[in-house]
Amino acid sequence: MNTITKQQALYKYSLRLGDNALIHSYRLSEWCSNAPILEEDLALTNFALDMIGRAQAILGYAGQLGDMEKTADDLAYRRGEREYYNNLIIEMPNGDFANTIARLLFVSVYEFYFFSELQNSSDPTLAAIAAKTLKEVKYHMAHARDWVLRLGDGTDESRSRMQAAVSALWMYTGELFETDEAAAILQDANIAVDMPPLKEKWNAIVRQILADAAIAIPADEYMQTGSSKGVHTEHLGHILSEMQYLQRTYPEAIW
Amino acid sequence: MELLEKTEEVRRELLKHFEEKIERGDAIEPRDKMPDAYRKHLIRQMSQHAHSEVIGMQPEGNWITRAPSLRAKQILLAKIQDEGGHGLYLYSAAETLGISRSEMIAQLHSGKAKYSNIFNYPALTWADVGAIGWLVDGAAIVNQVSLQRTSYGPYSRAMVRICKEESFHQRQGYEIMTTMMRGTKDQQEMAQDAMNRWWWPSLMMFGPHDSESPHSGDAVKWKIKRHSNDELRQKFIDKTVQQAQVIGLKIPDTDLKWNESKGGYDHGAIDWNEFYRVISGNGPCNKQRMEHHKKVHNEGAWVREAAEAYRMKQEKKLIHL
Repeated sequence: MNTITKQQALYKYSLRLGDNALIHSYRLSEWCSNAPILEEDLALTNFALDMIGRAQAILGYAGQLGDMEKTADDLAYRRGEREYYNNLIIEMPNGDFANTIARLLFVSVYEFYFFSELQNSSDPTLAAIAAKTLKEVKYHMAHARDWVLRLGDGTDESRSRMQAAVSALWMYTGELFETDEAAAILQDANIAVDMPPLKEKWNAIVRQILADAAIAIPADEYMQTGSSKGVHTEHLGHILSEMQYLQRTYPEAIW
Repeated sequence: MELLEKTEEVRRELLKHFEEKIERGDAIEPRDKMPDAYRKHLIRQMSQHAHSEVIGMQPEGNWITRAPSLRAKQILLAKIQDEGGHGLYLYSAAETLGISRSEMIAQLHSGKAKYSNIFNYPALTWADVGAIGWLVDGAAIVNQVSLQRTSYGPYSRAMVRICKEESFHQRQGYEIMTTMMRGTKDQQEMAQDAMNRWWWPSLMMFGPHDSESPHSGDAVKWKIKRHSNDELRQKFIDKTVQQAQVIGLKIPDTDLKWNESKGGYDHGAIDWNEFYRVISGNGPCNKQRMEHHKKVHNEGAWVREAAEAYRMKQEKKLIHL
């Protein structure tokens, strides 16, 4: 017996997709004026821009599905930590360039397969957003792959940094493929993406890229989890307190 | 002796040819012969311009994570990205004069090359993001519109592209100020406070009065510079005062008044002591901006080295195929 309605399931499913885009864009935008070369400054903030656009579309859609109608901004700026559903890997601090690239690789490969499936969703809004997102994600994935290869086969230092990043983030990759009640309800309605086949595809391509870059693949040991219940790392609270600062301090103001 | 005279004659002939070209209004292109002083002047000006775009990313970048709406964040990020892009065009255009980007960056770090003094002021509140777009980019546009017809071809073409984007930036800044002036009392105060802090430094962006400007002589003769500092400053003041009035912002200059006979505003005395103090390194953020640039550059060295090492390995593989 389900504890939530299909509408509630769709609301939560959309929040998760929107939150992933929003928080990843936040992290990438932190590279602005901090990247190792100007070209990379532009590339990473370009991806951040893609993701803000995606967050606006998906959160805007989610805003029509909840108990009260809300805007994308309401959802971005007026929700607390426990109401956010982005995956844990997304909110992890940028670390060094290799760490940011490792995350971009894991997430973009995941998103490539995810949105490839979601564009066939029976929900026309999600299907349309997925088709548009897919075009952008291809660039994110190609960029991440190129850098993983360069860093893996660059200098000793770059290789050890790339290896450290992959090893550190690996335990956050399992969560990307979790299915919760909302996803299960929507899958019955052909709205949500079926996760197990996705995981296989992801594994095949990520392992191939890492092997090409001579980066060792970590063992699948314990995988961190919690975000589908809104249980996050300590990092998310800091992101929100910074991101929501003006909206929270001046609740009456329109910006 | 004869040889020396001959060389001198050739030099004079070349200079004459160059100056005639300038006189006709022809563009100078990278392969054309040009006097050393012309080349040096351009390297100094273009690299300063490129560095300004890049250092200018810092004060605005300071607000990306705190932008108050998704739309505001998107526009700000796109704007800062444009600035980075301008930096790239300008570094590339300057490279046509025979200096590399890494040399230019080394000169920035050693203090030999400068960047616009305006970025030594802090972006304290969200309204500062508006003020930077409206006033700082507004002042930059006045200068840059005039540079679209500068005599060096690559610089002039870069400026044409840059100007298109800068006018979008100025509208973005003005829109932030307009929204805040229509908003709550807190927002209005924030906007006026930003106006008060950014107005005078924006006027200083045009440089010293014409009577005091050390670099103008040859630059004007060679049509690198097409208008004087004071002419450009006047243009900026005249358009900006009206824009401020429309949204109810006060100009923090009690001596400002309309001068019917010249058809423009007279303004109060600019505090040149402040200008020279900030230029000589004692502005609120000089140290912070340079340290940040150096730190990021140094921290990114391993990435650039890795990319270079990878490229070399790939090339080697191609040779052995």
